[in-house]
Amino acid sequence: MDDEIRVSIASDADIVIARQQGRALAEKLGFSATDQTIIATAISEVARNIIKFAKHGEIIVEVIAKSSIRGIRVTARDQGPGIADIQLALQDGYTTGNGLGMGLPGCKRLMDELEIKSAKGKGTTVTMKKWA
Amino acid sequence: MEVPILKQGDFLIATFQAALTDEDLLQLQDALVARVGRFRSRGVIVDVTALDVMDSFAARTLRALAHMVRLRGAETVIVGIQPEVAFAMVQLGLSLEGVPTALDLEEGLAQLMKAAERKGATFRGR
Repeated sequence: MDDEIRVSIASDADIVIARQQGRALAEKLGFSATDQTIIATAISEVARNIIKFAKHGEIIVEVIAKSSIRGIRVTARDQGPGIADIQLALQDGYTTGNGLGMGLPGCKRLMDELEIKSAKGKGTTVTMKKWA
Repeated sequence: MEVPILKQGDFLIATFQAALTDEDLLQLQDALVARVGRFRSRGVIVDVTALDVMDSFAARTLRALAHMVRLRGAETVIVGIQPEVAFAMVQLGLSLEGVPTALDLEEGLAQLMKAAERKGATFRGR
């Protein structure tokens, strides 16, 4: 297996493919069973956001390194409507749809780092990192 | 991938596989709510032992399922949430609020039988 996986997200079945392949890469890197589940759960959430808000997009999972520490980076990219207020989107309980508003703030708790780049009408890129 | 539903006496047992799509989850919800009526079941066990990830959609669907089953007069117990899945759920901020859970199938069945007995006793007492 490569150190990078790319999954095109266009249906709910793709959410499952992305999280399974992400977990496999995390396992290969030596992440614990708990961390593998955490990474797979975060991938599931951001992939669902793509379906919900943008209809289609892409999930990229890569191996990264910081000095001697290795980690995993998940990038969720879409060309959808974008997020008008990123601070608001990261607030617990804030939701625009029928969700619980747990998606992005929850992912931030699950992972070590989370960054959102977005502008209204210009799509959204969510980058998350987890260090081994 | 459709979730198999087993009928065991008064109870229905649905066993999840690892990879369930949103569509599969919604299908299971509909199937269980219909079958509770068809088989006059008193309880439903959803066994999630093999489930890889419980994300916000899965948790919401299970809560809705349990609520619908209760409106149909039966109880639901979720069994087999794995330790790492429980950990991720708490971090993500998910709960199965109000839905009974049990360690495994055996515990879940015992819980449902107790609930059915209590219900029977209440009716007899009237």
